[in-house]
Amino acid sequence: MTTRKYVTLEAVKKSVGIESEPSIFEIEKEPIRRWADAIGDTNPLYHDEEYCKKLGYRSLIVPPSYLTNYDYPLTPFTEPKYPVLTGRTLNGGNEYECYLPVQAGDKISITIMTSDVYQREGRLGLMTFVVTDYIFRNEKGEKVGIGRHIGIHY
Amino acid sequence: MSKQQLYWEDIEIGSALPDLVKKPTTRQLVQWAGSSGDLYEIHYDKDQALANKLPGVIVHGALKGAFLGQMLTDLVGDHGTVKKYTSSYRGMDVPGDTLTCKGKVTKKYVTGNEHIIETEMWIENGKGEKTTTGTGILVLPSKTK
Repeated sequence: MTTRKYVTLEAVKKSVGIESEPSIFEIEKEPIRRWADAIGDTNPLYHDEEYCKKLGYRSLIVPPSYLTNYDYPLTPFTEPKYPVLTGRTLNGGNEYECYLPVQAGDKISITIMTSDVYQREGRLGLMTFVVTDYIFRNEKGEKVGIGRHIGIHY
Repeated sequence: MSKQQLYWEDIEIGSALPDLVKKPTTRQLVQWAGSSGDLYEIHYDKDQALANKLPGVIVHGALKGAFLGQMLTDLVGDHGTVKKYTSSYRGMDVPGDTLTCKGKVTKKYVTGNEHIIETEMWIENGKGEKTTTGTGILVLPSKTK
């Protein structure tokens, strides 16, 4: 466990619109199956490679919600590549934009970008909302999807 | 899916989406934590959750978002796609409760060569409170193609 480097609100605001350096991840079958199992989703598209091949895919495809998890492997063992505010946090929301199927075997480049920061008074007091985009690109450089996370810091 | 494929012509504005019922347990939260890499302690460590002013461990927002995603991918089947969807976590949910994903069609149109429906979705807890809301933009196959 490493300690996250915390930054100020001003630093987060300055980072809006700037994409991080890319990290490359290979999409693998077993994590897709475990992901679907954790949801309780038995869809054969996430479990049965032969089924996927009959539909014209090369291998298992990922569910839309998969386009966000790479936040975590990026941070624990390296310096954070995006700003992290101090304080308690909650997940305010997620958004998933899917442009092309992501399949096991794909080598995906992921960049992280803060796309918006705003504050609001709410039931937890002053809440700071940080909107973070995880931008997924394939080996051709095509954008295949975006996972968006709305973090609430309170 | 082995279910019959839904076509754009089969569904109307106002149509209800089939409910998806989930009963998350603390065990499932641990499973999700491991799969997603979200190891934030408030989802499995009661002491940490209480120290964060929470009622106890709470269900990951992203897991509820994934439940809504499953409702949509179940709906569009093998030959439709989810273009975009959103989920907004308005209330906390706790393991042991029954969470029912619900939704309805709000728009239906053709743009370019894509047959689109838009949806509203939400999750109701056991008391019938909407703890999560969302929207979806889905492409369905058409019988005319």
